[in-house]
Amino acid sequence: MSFTDNYQEVSHHHDFDREAARKEVIRVTVILTVITIVELILGFVMMGVHNEFMRHVIKGAICVFMLAKAFYIVAYFMHLKHEVRNLIMTIVVPLGLFIWFIIAFLTDGNSYRNLKNKYDPYHYEQSQIKVEKPAKSDHGSHDAKKEGAIE
Amino acid sequence: MSHAVPADQKWWSGGKSPFNVEYGKVMMWYFLMSDAFTFGAFLISYGTIRFASNGWPDPNEVFQSFPGLGSGLPLAFVSLMTFILIISSVTMVLAVQAGHAMDKKAVVRNLIWTIIGGIAFLSCQAWEWTHLYHEGAWWGSNPFTNMDGTKASTNFTNFFFTITGFHGFHVFSGVIINIIMLIMTLNNVFERKGHYLMIEKAGLYWHFVDLVWVFVFTCFYLI
Repeated sequence: MSFTDNYQEVSHHHDFDREAARKEVIRVTVILTVITIVELILGFVMMGVHNEFMRHVIKGAICVFMLAKAFYIVAYFMHLKHEVRNLIMTIVVPLGLFIWFIIAFLTDGNSYRNLKNKYDPYHYEQSQIKVEKPAKSDHGSHDAKKEGAIE
Repeated sequence: MSHAVPADQKWWSGGKSPFNVEYGKVMMWYFLMSDAFTFGAFLISYGTIRFASNGWPDPNEVFQSFPGLGSGLPLAFVSLMTFILIISSVTMVLAVQAGHAMDKKAVVRNLIWTIIGGIAFLSCQAWEWTHLYHEGAWWGSNPFTNMDGTKASTNFTNFFFTITGFHGFHVFSGVIINIIMLIMTLNNVFERKGHYLMIEKAGLYWHFVDLVWVFVFTCFYLI
């Protein structure tokens, strides 16, 4: 089978409705823009919130919006939604590994912090010492080498 | 496109392409999947270290400058960068659709806009990196304190420069790929082939770069 034969059996350009496709692009662009603006608003709201629990709620909401944006980019811009089911499944199913990946590693990090704070009190004490804010000039520079910086 | 296909199509009985796309596109998808795991590993290691730390710098304090407007403007510059990348993704979709319609002029126009968007994004990133460098931030150097005023480790800057650098490198190579696509279009390579499927593959890569930015933007600037 020659290379070009391969394209003909793939149902491509026929019945491609450019106007409908264009409308879909505009719709998805608007959705992505609106979600981004909502995320930014949440970001600004979070600056004034100091309650730990509320901050986590807002961060969770931002993550949900992030996943929604990812869905719209992959499904419509990358066109995955309009591919055949077999192809969608070979892409999406392996990405399910991320569910384990994220939960396992973040839990591990959290557990490491708790254990270290509990069994290494010196580490915990050191991490609670506040440093007085250096009077930062508008454009701080490398002349004043910061403490702990690698030369 | 699936709607062009009868519902009871037998995909695996031989003689036809079971994924209904050509080889190069399937391979592009598999490459992007592996790249997604690379970026995923980066971002998850960032998350793990952040969860393992007692304090972390406040992004609104670190990223609060805008070229020409000074500082005190959290989220402003990164919003601009995000919108630049979204819009360049949109023009890329339009280029792919123009390719479907064999409309060479529209392909060229939209590719040029996409390339301009990519270069604009890279310029923004170059400015941001330079600005942070002059504030004393770099790999192994972190001038910012944690949100609660305690001393921060260099983990924050190390992850920031590594991950945005890796993403910036993807943007850079995407711009190069788009420039090659533009040259090939202008040379009528796709007109002679009879299809613009190559633009679709370049488009997939470009959208992936935008997709990764959605995650990087959220992880570093918002939360």
